[in-house]
Amino acid sequence: MIESLTSLMGGFGAALTPANLLFAAIGVLLGTAIGVLPGIGPAMAVALLLPVTYAFDPTGAFIMFAGIYFGAMFGGSTTSILLNTPGESASVMAALEGNPMAKSGRGAQALATAAIGHFVGGLLGVIGLVLLAPLVASVAVDIGAPDYFAVMVLAFVAVTSVLGSSRIRGFAALAIGLTIGLVGLDPLSGQPRLTFGVPQLADGIDVVIVAVGLFAVGEALWVAAHLRRGQQEVIPVGRPWLSRGDVRRAWKPWLRGPFIGFPFGSIPAGGAEIPTFLSYVTERRLSKHRDEFGSGAIEGVAGPESAASASSAGTLSTMLTLGLPTTAIAAVMLAAFQQFGIQPGPLLFQTEPDLVWTLIASLFVGLVLLLVLNLPLAPAWAKLLRIPRPYLYAGILFFACIGAYAVSGQAVDLLVLLGIGAVGFVMRRYGLPVLPAIIGVILGPDAELQLRRALQIADGDVSTLVSTPIAITVYAVIALLLLFPLVRKALPARTARPADPDRERTPV
Amino acid sequence: MSVREKPTRGLSAALAVLVAAAAVLLVPPAVGALTGGGDGTQLRGLRVLVPNSPGGGYDVTARTAAKAMEDAGLTGPVEVFNLPGAGGTVGLGRTVNESGNDKLVMSMGLGVVGSVYTNDSPSTLADTTPIARLTQETEIVVVAKDSPYTSLGQLVDAWKADPGGVPVGGGSSPGGPDHLAPMLMAKAAGLPPKDVNYVSYDGGGELLAAVLGGKVAFGVSGLGEYADQIDAGELRVLAVTAGAPVPGVDAPTLKQAGLDVEFTNWRGIVAPPGLSDEGRADLEAAFDELRRSPEWAEALERNGWTDAYQPGPEFGAFLESENERVAGVLRELGLTS
Repeated sequence: MIESLTSLMGGFGAALTPANLLFAAIGVLLGTAIGVLPGIGPAMAVALLLPVTYAFDPTGAFIMFAGIYFGAMFGGSTTSILLNTPGESASVMAALEGNPMAKSGRGAQALATAAIGHFVGGLLGVIGLVLLAPLVASVAVDIGAPDYFAVMVLAFVAVTSVLGSSRIRGFAALAIGLTIGLVGLDPLSGQPRLTFGVPQLADGIDVVIVAVGLFAVGEALWVAAHLRRGQQEVIPVGRPWLSRGDVRRAWKPWLRGPFIGFPFGSIPAGGAEIPTFLSYVTERRLSKHRDEFGSGAIEGVAGPESAASASSAGTLSTMLTLGLPTTAIAAVMLAAFQQFGIQPGPLLFQTEPDLVWTLIASLFVGLVLLLVLNLPLAPAWAKLLRIPRPYLYAGILFFACIGAYAVSGQAVDLLVLLGIGAVGFVMRRYGLPVLPAIIGVILGPDAELQLRRALQIADGDVSTLVSTPIAITVYAVIALLLLFPLVRKALPARTARPADPDRERTPV
Repeated sequence: MSVREKPTRGLSAALAVLVAAAAVLLVPPAVGALTGGGDGTQLRGLRVLVPNSPGGGYDVTARTAAKAMEDAGLTGPVEVFNLPGAGGTVGLGRTVNESGNDKLVMSMGLGVVGSVYTNDSPSTLADTTPIARLTQETEIVVVAKDSPYTSLGQLVDAWKADPGGVPVGGGSSPGGPDHLAPMLMAKAAGLPPKDVNYVSYDGGGELLAAVLGGKVAFGVSGLGEYADQIDAGELRVLAVTAGAPVPGVDAPTLKQAGLDVEFTNWRGIVAPPGLSDEGRADLEAAFDELRRSPEWAEALERNGWTDAYQPGPEFGAFLESENERVAGVLRELGLTS
């Protein structure tokens, strides 16, 4: 460990040279811009820039790529919070509480909370990368399909806490999401499902399109349908800085997020979607302000955002130590390493120590640059909301369409977006919460895949699902979570807290 | 490798990246700049359709080939654009629709052959004009270092005795190279492909975790992705699927190990149907010259690809035979009629 720290200091020496600092700065600027603009994700940006960087020193190129990765995480929350239009799947959760905050004039606070959350999450995540990388690498390999499935069951149990006031409506919304998640080729047998003969649907519907459709397009249609009746007041912008009360509520979620984000980022479990969701649910359960969730609770921004950045660090950790990409961007960066004749994997820390430690040191540098860049920008971005509503929503629709089109350059995706937007409108009309639908799209395909994979590997033996220590532990946690309220009900009430089920609001 | 050397080169490099980065941001992904240049004998205005997403195999091949062609002066600027979907058949449909367009080619490979069947695509590769096969890569049969299997013969015996209990993992969906290779192996071993317990993973990375962790009995994947793990002794290669032993890999071919199968994952270039003789000849000539250029040799070296050049007509015959082989396997599995 001392050895790691010495190497890290050497890495800082190399990362702080003018050229490498400039690469880091370009990376984070570019990443922030990519995160803010809908459609171009960090994976695509790195893939497109890759041929340009052949001629350079690989260290500089990777410092830049890492800057793009973290920058996109920072920038992605901006549109999510202000416009309810998430540009990457990692920032879907930021919209849930961030957008209501922005609408009530706390946009700058929401953005600042997200930026600090990313900073703290990234910082703790990279520290985790320095100290735990070899350990994480060995554990990541031991986790199999039964364990993933147990985590999916946990996530589904957690969904019940976000169903809203009406369970039936909540489950109906979840079912809509699960159905959308079914579209595409069956991953195990290759049979098409719900594609209606449209080849563009064979790969399924991207979760970003579903989120943008349900959140942004659905809401724009809803606002358009009611604008004439409502008063046309401009959204207030409010104070630019976090108050002491805000910080007091946000610091624990900031610190908790990485403990969920980092481990999930380092295992092949589909990137930042599941950890951000689990962090959101955790904060919702632990918060003293549960009644504010759904209408702008700062904890709901701080936790998931911190988890998102920490999961990026976890992803890098697994990629560097195992050569195992757990997300699309890691796969592209892995390809980039290979282009430079470097093979990430068990030998990388020995064969290319200068490169690795400079890269890690530059992650710290990049995080500081990102915080310095994004905190002052928060009040500036928040002013966007001063735009009168008809123009604002026209702009949101425009960006939503660009974002959906850019996912894969298919006109069909625009029709899908509008169709899902119409579903979002109807859901609002009949009071169905939107959040469970998004969760269904994220969790459904993963849960199905892991369950079937587990059973397939065990040749149909159901007991495989409880055959590993991790799975058993997770199921025990689930049992505790389910039993705890019953036990508490059975015990005499200790405090005079009012019963709050009827105060819980419909989320989103 | 020192990171402190050449600060001035680093700075100018950084500026070049800044300019390129601005271009990436300002230009939507599917639109490339087309500017003039060249001496008149070059192929001008060539566009390469990539039927999967940026960073995927066909994408890297297309972008590398495009850059080598530009650098070698064979073409003016080449625009590479992505039209992903349905295992490449969305892009294939577009290519077939551009009948007569001799300024468009599609980067493709073995995966597209299978996708035509699994996606029930109305357009097939027989509708296209084959231009050239470019590269190939052997598949490897691989186990973790602590696996009980030390030779392919052992593995096949265990596999035949209990196919359900010996799951094989691959990084492609059904119809892709990692799926076809074990199916062909099973057939050669006298095991009905339907009995093979194939577990599909999302790419070589996810599969690697499953093989290292012993979740599947063995894995089938491209060689390139696993080179470091093999060098580090984490993985043991039981066989390579290519026709001849692969330099640097201490493993027999399938034939040497007793299974009469020869299989490589190849990549090539096809063009739309209905080209004029002249248009087709120009495209074939451009890729033939690419193949002989030092820029391409360097690109092959850098990416660890094996040259597998075949000119248009030969490639067409090869496509037909691959098509029959793939269709045969998928028919036995009930994935196509």
